[in-house]
Parts: sequence; structure tokens; C-alpha cells
Amino acid sequence: MANEMIKTTLFEKHVGLNAKMVDFGGFNLPIQYAGITEEHHQVRTNAGIFDVSHMGEVIIEGERAIDYIQHIFTNDISAMKEFQVMYGLMCYKNGTVVDDLLVYKYNDNKFLLVVNASNKEKDFEWLKQNNKFNVAIKDISKISEIAIQGPNAENILQQMTDYDLTKIEFFNFQEIKVLGEDCIVSRTGYTGEDGFEVYSQNVLNIWDKFIELGASPIGLGARDTLRFEAALPLYGNEISDQINPIEANLGIFVKLDKDFIGRDSLVKIKENRKLKSVGIELIDKGIPRHGYKVLNENDQVIGEITTGYKLKEAAIALALIPVKYKIGDTLYVQIRNKKIKASVVSRKFMNKNYKK
Amino acid sequence: MEIKEGLLYSTDHEWIQVEGNIAAVGITAFAQEQLGEIVFVELPTIDEEVKQEDTFGTVESVKAASDIIAPVSGKIIEVNETLEDSPEIMNDNPYGAWIAKIELSDAGQLDGLMDAAAYAEFIK
Repeated sequence: MANEMIKTTLFEKHVGLNAKMVDFGGFNLPIQYAGITEEHHQVRTNAGIFDVSHMGEVIIEGERAIDYIQHIFTNDISAMKEFQVMYGLMCYKNGTVVDDLLVYKYNDNKFLLVVNASNKEKDFEWLKQNNKFNVAIKDISKISEIAIQGPNAENILQQMTDYDLTKIEFFNFQEIKVLGEDCIVSRTGYTGEDGFEVYSQNVLNIWDKFIELGASPIGLGARDTLRFEAALPLYGNEISDQINPIEANLGIFVKLDKDFIGRDSLVKIKENRKLKSVGIELIDKGIPRHGYKVLNENDQVIGEITTGYKLKEAAIALALIPVKYKIGDTLYVQIRNKKIKASVVSRKFMNKNYKK
Repeated sequence: MEIKEGLLYSTDHEWIQVEGNIAAVGITAFAQEQLGEIVFVELPTIDEEVKQEDTFGTVESVKAASDIIAPVSGKIIEVNETLEDSPEIMNDNPYGAWIAKIELSDAGQLDGLMDAAAYAEFIK
């Protein structure tokens, strides 16, 4: 039902750039402009911009805001400083994942949560349901967001603001003016590159200026290949309401020495861990894709591909398989009616280029 | 969007070039554009008997895998092995990149396929 899809404020820009548009979680968004491979390359070598206005943004305010977030969030915000950003997850009681999110701290009484578009409504309900701390929960998702990512991201954004961006460290943010617009700017992203996420009510001129200064528009297609290559999880693939963060190799974002929803289950899961997320590279020809079964030499199903692509001639994937497998082991991926030989490899498909 | 004259077309967006009793099959420019950049082709096996509407191979773009449907029944007598190592030639020139050649078992099936004009109308 194309006419019911939500358009972001940048919709006309995408159409003007001849983007191929798709329905993504109810939003009409570009899947590609010049082509996924070319766009991927632009982000790795120059700079790319992404319309991520579909993301959900929620303001949490109240005297017990810290207690509230500690209760719903797997990571520990107790030592967080003002204007820091932290990644973590919200879990169900059984330890599986409600969503993964970023927490932005303004002060002890005010935080911004950024959640996935596809989970926005579910998250909002979850946040309200677990509000034992009398905080105000305000959905501000109408705000637009552009991510600029890549080795030239800082250089380009710096030409549009008087604020010295070197003062915004990795996983920090500031409220600054960009082309005269009030913006929240964080040094965060979803590509494995240095870059920023820019939130504002008015992003049209910012979008145009980014392109004028040499950034390429990037669609959802390359957004996924980029985050995959950096082994960053996607809700619905690496994590879900069936997969817990410990087994998805996100244990460093789960602080079991504090209390939060799902903690007790995750303690038990950690003690008796069955699965882990590994890299896989096909030895024989094919492309491993999300949902394909992983087999052992006896044709038994031992796990599943969570994301896979053919990138730079290598058919690589992330897979969730039993913990006993290690790098170099041989296993197989069921691709249609064929059993394709593969090898367990490091999840480090690339070196991340963060400025820390 | 290029639609080449002189070829036959299936509703699954394949082109068919018939010479005598042999049909060369590829995908149309429309199919290629819908799929996006093609990065992998799984070819059928030589001597395999295929029935019309059978899946007999796969074309994969960066994003997704898509079946190649046999537009006619017959025996696979040749496959384009060049596509295994250079699938990108399908992006540049889909009408130059045949996937397989089928020896027709029922030439009457050709009557059910579209000509260029009918296909142009079909994808409107």
C-alpha cells in the first residue's frame, strides 16, 4: 500500500536523485542511488550520507531517570558523563532482545534514547510498561536525522559549523548549529567508519550542502553491507526476540553486576552458553544469506546464517552456531539444494576506522 | 529500458533466442534493473532435463537471490561458464549474457512466449 507509507522530510530529495525507493518498516526510503557496491566504496574511501529519519527518538526526563534506564538497559550508565552516548540493549525477562539502542545523556535527569524504526511502537509500549520510576517518556521521532560517515565526514561537516568538531569525541555529542539550524550532533554511526549522526527539525539544506561538499547519498542496501562488514548487529538478524545478546557476542554491552530486566536469565545463559556468533567464509561458490541453515559434516543442522553477502569477491557471513566451533573449522551452508563448504573465520572482516 | 527486437520473452523476464531447435536463455534489462547489481550466477547442469516453469538456476544481486525459471522444456546442452567468474557482464549487457542453451522438447511452447512489442507492453 504505497500511498500509506510514511515519507521522511527528505523524500523529494531521494526522488530527485533517482533513488530506488522501498517500503522499510512502513517508511518509504531509498534502497540505493548509484548502486550498492559503489555506495559502499564511497563510504569506505570518502563520505556518504544516510537519511535515517525513520529512527525512533525518545526523551526520558525525571528525577529517577538514571534508575529507570539502569532498569531497562543492559549496559551500565552509572559512570556516564554528560554528553556521552552509550550503546546497549533492552531485554525481555528471558534474556532475548526487545531492541538495541543508543542512550544520550544530557544530565542526570534527562536522556535521549534512539531506537530502531521497525521496533519503535513496541519499544514505546515497553518503556511505558516498565516505568516504575515516574519518568516522563516523550516520543520525539518526528525529528529528522542524517548520518554522515567515512574518512571525509568530519572535514565536510566542519565546513558547515563554527563548532570545533574535534571536541566531540567518539560516542559523545553536542547541541550545536549546523548551517544555522539547531542540531544534536554525535560522533556515532553504523558503518565502522568515523562520522556523525545529525538530528534536527530542518535537514533539507544540510542534506544539499553535504552533497555539494562531496558526500554521496547512500541507501539502505549499502547501509546493511557496511554495518555487516563492520560486524555490527542488526535487530531481526543477529539479535531478536529469539536471540540473546550473550550468545550474539554482545556481552561487553551487558553488565551482569547491576540489575536490569533479563539479568537473571542472562547470568544463567552465560554460565551455560550454547551458541556464539562467528564469521563464515564460503570455500565453494555461492552466497550465504540470512536464514540459511548451517550444517556439520553429518548433514545435521547446527545453526543459521544471520547475515551474509558477497563483498569484494568473498562470500562471507555472520552465523549463530554452537560454541565449540573455532576459527579454521569446516562446516557447510545449505544453499537451496546444495551443501556448500565453508570455513569458520574471524568476525573481523575489516579494521574499523574510528577516531578515538 | 532496452528490449531487443527479434527475441522472445517470458513473463518471468527472461529473453529467449531460438536457433533451430536450440533456445538460448538470459534475463532482460528490466529484470537486471529490478534485481540491481548482479554478483553471482548459479548455472544449471549440462544434460539436466528441465520442464517449463522449473527453477533451473539462480541470479543473485548484492541484496537477494532470484530464481531463473525455465521458459521452455528441454535438455540443457550448454551453460555460459563465463558468468561464474564474471557475473558483472549481465549488468553491462544482459542481452549479451546468455545463461544456458536448452534443446527444445516441445517447440509449441514458443507460441506462448511474447515478442518484443508484447513484452514492452507487459512491463509498462
